[in-house]
Amino acid sequence: MPILEVENLSISFNQYTAGLKRKNIQVISSLHVTLEAGEILAVVGASGSGKSLLAHAILGILPDNALVSGTIKYNGELLTPSTQASLRGKEIALIPQSTNYLDPLMRVGNQVRTSVQTGDATLAQRAVFKRLHLQQTVEKMYPFQLSGGMARRALLSTAIVSDAKVIIADEPTPGLDPVVMKEALNNFREFADNGCAVMLITHDIESALMIADKIAVFYAGTTVELAPVEDFTGNGEALRHPYSKALWRALPQNDFTPIPGSQPHPSDLPTGCLFAPRCTMATSACSEEQPDMRNIRNGMVRCMHAT
Amino acid sequence: MIQNLHVRKKEENRFSLNRRQRKLVTSIVAAIVLLGVVVVGALLDEERIATNLIARNLAPSFDHLFGTDWLGRDMFARTIMGLSLSVKVGLIGAIGSTSIALILGMAAATMGRVADRLISWLIDLFLSVPHLVTLILIAFTLGGGFKGIVIGLVLTHWPSLARVIRAEVMQIRSAEYVQISKQLGKSKGWIAVHHILPHLTPQILIGFMLMFPHVILHESAVTFIGLGLSPHEPAIGIILSESMKYLSAGMWWLAFYPGLCLLMIVQTFDRIGENLRLLLDPSKSND
Amino acid sequence: MRKMLLGKLGIFLLLKGLRMLTLLIAICFISFLLVKNSPIDPIQAYIGADMLKVGPEQREKIAEYWGLDQPVMVQFLNWGSALLAGDLGTSMIFRRPVAEIIGERFVNSLILMVTAWVLSGVIGFVMGVVSAMKKDSWIDRLIKWYCYTLASTPTFWLGLLMLIVFAVWLGWFPIGLGVPAGVLAADVTIADRIEHLILPAITLSIIGVANVALHTRQKLIDVLASDYVLFARARGERGFILFWRHGLRNVALPAITLQFAAFGELFGGAVLAEQIFSYPGLGQATVEAGLRGDVPLLLGLVIFSTFFVFAGNLIADLIYYVVDPRTRESRMI
Repeated sequence: MPILEVENLSISFNQYTAGLKRKNIQVISSLHVTLEAGEILAVVGASGSGKSLLAHAILGILPDNALVSGTIKYNGELLTPSTQASLRGKEIALIPQSTNYLDPLMRVGNQVRTSVQTGDATLAQRAVFKRLHLQQTVEKMYPFQLSGGMARRALLSTAIVSDAKVIIADEPTPGLDPVVMKEALNNFREFADNGCAVMLITHDIESALMIADKIAVFYAGTTVELAPVEDFTGNGEALRHPYSKALWRALPQNDFTPIPGSQPHPSDLPTGCLFAPRCTMATSACSEEQPDMRNIRNGMVRCMHAT
Repeated sequence: MIQNLHVRKKEENRFSLNRRQRKLVTSIVAAIVLLGVVVVGALLDEERIATNLIARNLAPSFDHLFGTDWLGRDMFARTIMGLSLSVKVGLIGAIGSTSIALILGMAAATMGRVADRLISWLIDLFLSVPHLVTLILIAFTLGGGFKGIVIGLVLTHWPSLARVIRAEVMQIRSAEYVQISKQLGKSKGWIAVHHILPHLTPQILIGFMLMFPHVILHESAVTFIGLGLSPHEPAIGIILSESMKYLSAGMWWLAFYPGLCLLMIVQTFDRIGENLRLLLDPSKSND
Repeated sequence: MRKMLLGKLGIFLLLKGLRMLTLLIAICFISFLLVKNSPIDPIQAYIGADMLKVGPEQREKIAEYWGLDQPVMVQFLNWGSALLAGDLGTSMIFRRPVAEIIGERFVNSLILMVTAWVLSGVIGFVMGVVSAMKKDSWIDRLIKWYCYTLASTPTFWLGLLMLIVFAVWLGWFPIGLGVPAGVLAADVTIADRIEHLILPAITLSIIGVANVALHTRQKLIDVLASDYVLFARARGERGFILFWRHGLRNVALPAITLQFAAFGELFGGAVLAEQIFSYPGLGQATVEAGLRGDVPLLLGLVIFSTFFVFAGNLIADLIYYVVDPRTRESRMI
């Protein structure tokens, strides 16, 4: 049984546009994702496509003007706002993307200690710092004094000390030098090998391929494909969705051919398949109705032409 | 299930108008009320507040809504005339001060570093002395009266708006479309009229509306102390300062209603100003 | 490292001091010119009701005595050099040195202002915090309504209401004067002083609450919407713990600085409150000096109130400079 199951998740926001009009903007629509214990799932998609909101929705920390529908199950149980509140930081931990997520006026050590659930907080924090090669002086520092690499490791240590079963890492790699990045990715592998489930939300498909077990391809607010990492090989023949194939072929080590067009804005989504306007395989049927997610060859895809 | 996570937000749909439209409507209603006070105050003639020794010291009743004073003058009429005067003085003060803010704010942003330094020093100068003390000093210099208070109000309310205008002009000047206009050889004047002023208008309007209540309150305070409008004017400050002598005799209505009405006028202006800000300032679009 | 820190602090204070000095000199000069150009005749102000009995020769003598017969610039230099020596001149209405009057009145005003300052600061802060934590609830709406209403309330009218209710109707407090009339200053008890202090202090506090409360509310709402609070919530923090760990430390500093930077408004409020409750402080002296044309006293009060505002601003700057780790520790590296 999967430890975390997201089904049919939609998130929209009410926003005032120009003058007196109000508009409903659909940021995530009918999204499906499942996560198993001991595995790393990478949710891969372009920047600014609302991937972070998926993490916030799972934790139940979306802003007040968000409208949410769909179901999220943890260990087979439906999540409600109150169960989400009791799971946050204990069973499910978030690793955010930058120092902005640390309290600017609180010493780093103290911030890590607040995540400790049982036992001596100071000891736990020092042990983790040691493990992540952070000097003990770092615990007395304020966030603005940390380098990028130190900040990532400090954020990572909050998740480690919490002993959570599910770890959601939001864009953990940008701005890191290759050595630090490798180390960070190895840490996630370690988590998974210890029986945790890791959700890696990233736009960096290369680093995702290095350590993930499964890849969920995210496009315009929904997942278009869920595939084992082995399928990302060769010319992309094993992949199911045209967008995943194009994404794979756009990588420098492959064809390096960019996808024409750009992702639609959340306030201006096409009616049918979200990728149809940019798809070479698109037929008239594609722009009539958004296709459902279906199982094909040990993976899932949202395309009526996929085989 | 998480369908019910955010039900609260849906309540807004109970009203057919959304929040912004409601704000617009309340602003318009408030503006009409204010205009009404000014017009009625101007139309009331002196007879309404003539001395009437038969009807002295009356508590509020249907004949005299706000009661009468020790000379038998109707307090309601005096209050309305006082408010009308307050709005007029406030209008002159706010227009004058806004003009100074506009000129100095533009100058600081466009006339080079020296001008900028000088104006920022001038702003600090005005903020260094307690506002009320500056007003007392200016009123004293000009020997009190209408002229003294109005000049004092004009000279002391511009600093914060000048800062806003300076920042705004600097931002517009560095904007891409202005740079393009410059490269196309448009003159400074053309850019000022076509690019800077249109963007500045909402800021000036909001600044003006929010300055208004301060001006009115300061006018009445200085008048209350005795350094503002002359005792012959039907100003709220005068009414309240006169009332002090009669409070111990239990004539509470002499102070209560005029002050309450002043409060309501000030608040109405403030509300319109805030609403304008919400409607015109795009950075607050989701409030 | 410590030494370097103190050195930097010294430079910071020096620059601040220089700026304040230029402002202060300008204020002295401008106020002097303003006051000298007033149509209110200083000699008449000095002589008061006896004006008719004074002949032209006597007038001249008085003018000579006060130095009023000399050119304005000379008068300014005379006054300025005396000022540097600590001599603010002699008050025309009290017939005593200005410095003495200000010192005496300041003690009275200080008690009033400190009481009001602390009360409004603490109550305003708590109100702002409650309002932000319960944003959009009925209590938030109530506090917001209260603050917006208070911000539009004329201070002196509120004072009059307090007088009507507590002094006239309930008879709990005397109607005026800082001390009971007819009692020697030495015989005034602390209880008397407190009795006369309560109403003006409450009036000033009620008005002063609005600014701190609204500012704290907005600041805390911003903090609660920040990334670090989002992350704190992601780690299971909420309610009071969340406020205690992250809200308080990020909101307290701006609130305290705001209170210090509001010394000017506090002084203005004191002017009105003292006038209404006949409280013998600086504010009442300012009004008296303005009304009766006491030029030396008015000038002395303008300068003193400027110092008062400067002190508040300087403390506000210093707090940020010394307490905020972002400025404190970045200087240590």
